[in-house]
Amino acid sequence: MGKKFLFILRRSPQQGARVRETLDMLLTVAAFDQPVMLLFLDDGVYQIKRGQSPESVGLPAVAPTFEALALYDVEAVLVERESLAERGLTESDLVIPAEAIARAEIAALVADQDVVVTG
Amino acid sequence: MAALHLISRSPADSRALEQCLARAGEGDAVLLIEDGVYAAAEGSGSGEILRAATGRVMVYVLMPDLEARGLDIGSPCLRAAGANNSPPSPAPALHPVDYRGFVNLTASHRPVVSWF
Repeated sequence: MGKKFLFILRRSPQQGARVRETLDMLLTVAAFDQPVMLLFLDDGVYQIKRGQSPESVGLPAVAPTFEALALYDVEAVLVERESLAERGLTESDLVIPAEAIARAEIAALVADQDVVVTG
Repeated sequence: MAALHLISRSPADSRALEQCLARAGEGDAVLLIEDGVYAAAEGSGSGEILRAATGRVMVYVLMPDLEARGLDIGSPCLRAAGANNSPPSPAPALHPVDYRGFVNLTASHRPVVSWF
């Protein structure tokens, strides 16, 4: 019986190594067959916004990293509905399918975890 | 078991406290550490946010970090905020803890969530 892990990304892309390192941790945990969920919150929703071209200003591409999540056994990819709405985004603006959940549901989601890692 | 939320950034450069409180569950604990303790300072603008959370979550302040920044528990935000302005013994808005208290909080709450 594994521990339940929730990874929360709440910063915009291009925050240096932060997101890369958080994802490395997530993929490692998933590789050890622990139940893993990923949640995009606040500016974190910009990580998976469609139509980014960071290469044009010499920054690394971010979105393709998330497309690789499908290869790993990530139990759920979640996005907070209010975080999207506050930024004028909808689920159709995202590069990967994510299940929208309400802000009011976050507390129960967090309470159900053994380990929460924010990045 | 209720969650423990750690806030380590000043309200002037991060909305971590506000964003955390928007998602914290009833009965969760919030601990201000490092630059997060500036939320307790007069003029930080966090007084209302903290007062609104009183009763729903328990808010703690790591005293060594507060004192290291020249702040004290007497700051207006740290003073007791009574429900409906009714003395005599209103619940304090913020609860001071030392390192031992920090360890106890991590032992009595799960999971621990960092906001920065």
